[in-house]
Amino acid sequence: MTYFEMTKTVIKSLFSRPATLMYPAKPAKKMALSRGHVTIDPAKCITCRTCQRKCPTQAILVDVKEKTWQLDRMRCIVCNCCVETCPTKCLFMDNQYPDAMTARGGIVKVTVAGPKKKEPAPAAGEPAKKE
Amino acid sequence: MSKQITVPFGPQHPVLPEPIHLDLVLEDETVVDVIPSIGYVHRGLEKLVEKREYTEYIYVAERICGICSYIHSNTYAQGIEKIMNIEVPERAQYLRTIWSEYSRLHSHLLWLGLFADGMGFESVFMNAWKLREHVLDDMEATTGGRVIQGVCKVGGVRKDISPEKLDEMVKGLKGMESDLRDLTDVFLKDASVIHRLRGAGVLSKEDAYYLGAVGPTARGSGIETDIRQAGYAAYGKINFKPVVEQSGDSYARCAVRAKEMFTSIDIIEQCAKKIPEGPVEVKVTGAPDGEYFARAEQPRGEVIHYIKGNGKKNLVRHRVRTPTFTNIPPLVTLLKGCELADVPIVVLSIDPCIGCAER
Repeated sequence: MTYFEMTKTVIKSLFSRPATLMYPAKPAKKMALSRGHVTIDPAKCITCRTCQRKCPTQAILVDVKEKTWQLDRMRCIVCNCCVETCPTKCLFMDNQYPDAMTARGGIVKVTVAGPKKKEPAPAAGEPAKKE
Repeated sequence: MSKQITVPFGPQHPVLPEPIHLDLVLEDETVVDVIPSIGYVHRGLEKLVEKREYTEYIYVAERICGICSYIHSNTYAQGIEKIMNIEVPERAQYLRTIWSEYSRLHSHLLWLGLFADGMGFESVFMNAWKLREHVLDDMEATTGGRVIQGVCKVGGVRKDISPEKLDEMVKGLKGMESDLRDLTDVFLKDASVIHRLRGAGVLSKEDAYYLGAVGPTARGSGIETDIRQAGYAAYGKINFKPVVEQSGDSYARCAVRAKEMFTSIDIIEQCAKKIPEGPVEVKVTGAPDGEYFARAEQPRGEVIHYIKGNGKKNLVRHRVRTPTFTNIPPLVTLLKGCELADVPIVVLSIDPCIGCAER
């Protein structure tokens, strides 16, 4: 049983810089692998809907006719599932967290390229169902 | 006999941000009876299993708790793998062990901070969370998430750690060890802390056994129970001894957690030495048909995932028994006979996680 057990730590802390970052003035820490938010390269998307089927929270909605890809950021849990399963690698994980948003403002709708002309609508159903 | 009065404790209380409600029956200042009630944050996760595929449900299983998230996903994956007879690659087993121990470290540091805050020792709280930040940084650098790692999946893990990063992590932990020693010395040796904790909320060995205490609550009372000894993941190949204390009071439970952090660092070090090369995942096909009780040691104790599938993609039943749920009957016994002013400390000493307990 001792007294003043904290003295060493107190002295150490006294002569060192604060452990916290002055956040808005200094940028927050970022890691290469951090899951911030999902982004899409519209030119590569073939509207195959794999991401929509694999999304555990059903945050992604792909319209094949309209050629749009829609993500509800408020539903998205940033699990990286869509990025991993995308066959054309058109989805990316950005390591920057998204800004504050309202429920309606969180919906991102992008018009995408859609399937290439020669291939007849690639894989709009069968392969993922098999797994 | 003096008059009995009832004092409500929670679900909103300054020292306990967790939504549990305790009706404390007092005689003067002494607690004579406790009536716990839970059900404030029930989310119905176990029903959701019927609506999600078994591979997707791992994200739900991980979100049962915000602190031991990784171990929940690990346990769930273990259960599914046992039903489907999937052989997980050895490297993945070691990686799972490393991340499990990281999550134990961060949970214990969080708890030590909260415990100190409960005693009114705010500078220790800040120090504990400062150290926890290093652990979380390593987690984020290797998995991509600070508290929800999302790295475990049925059939392996989704991310690999490079040997250089592993060395860096072990070096970082070694460097942290002296700071950690300074921090735990405050809990284990400081006169004011000992004065506050010694003799508060004593759970005898017999009570701990008969009331089914798990984790540090049981180990603080002298019961050597640790599911890691069963050898799931890579624990079977790691040499370690569970920390056991005999006195059964709040100090013993605090000491168990404080000393366990060093065991965790040691386990991570051993894993980094022994980890073999190879793949980290296997391809999973088919759907689970059968049932299994998967068990794992969480920072708070033993967690059980009961999983039942019928050969379809959606599971039939998923039941989780979390350590806090099991530790509520011991908590009631702990509180009987203690002073009203000791109640926050005693409740915190079992490390309650009500979000876990209610699912």
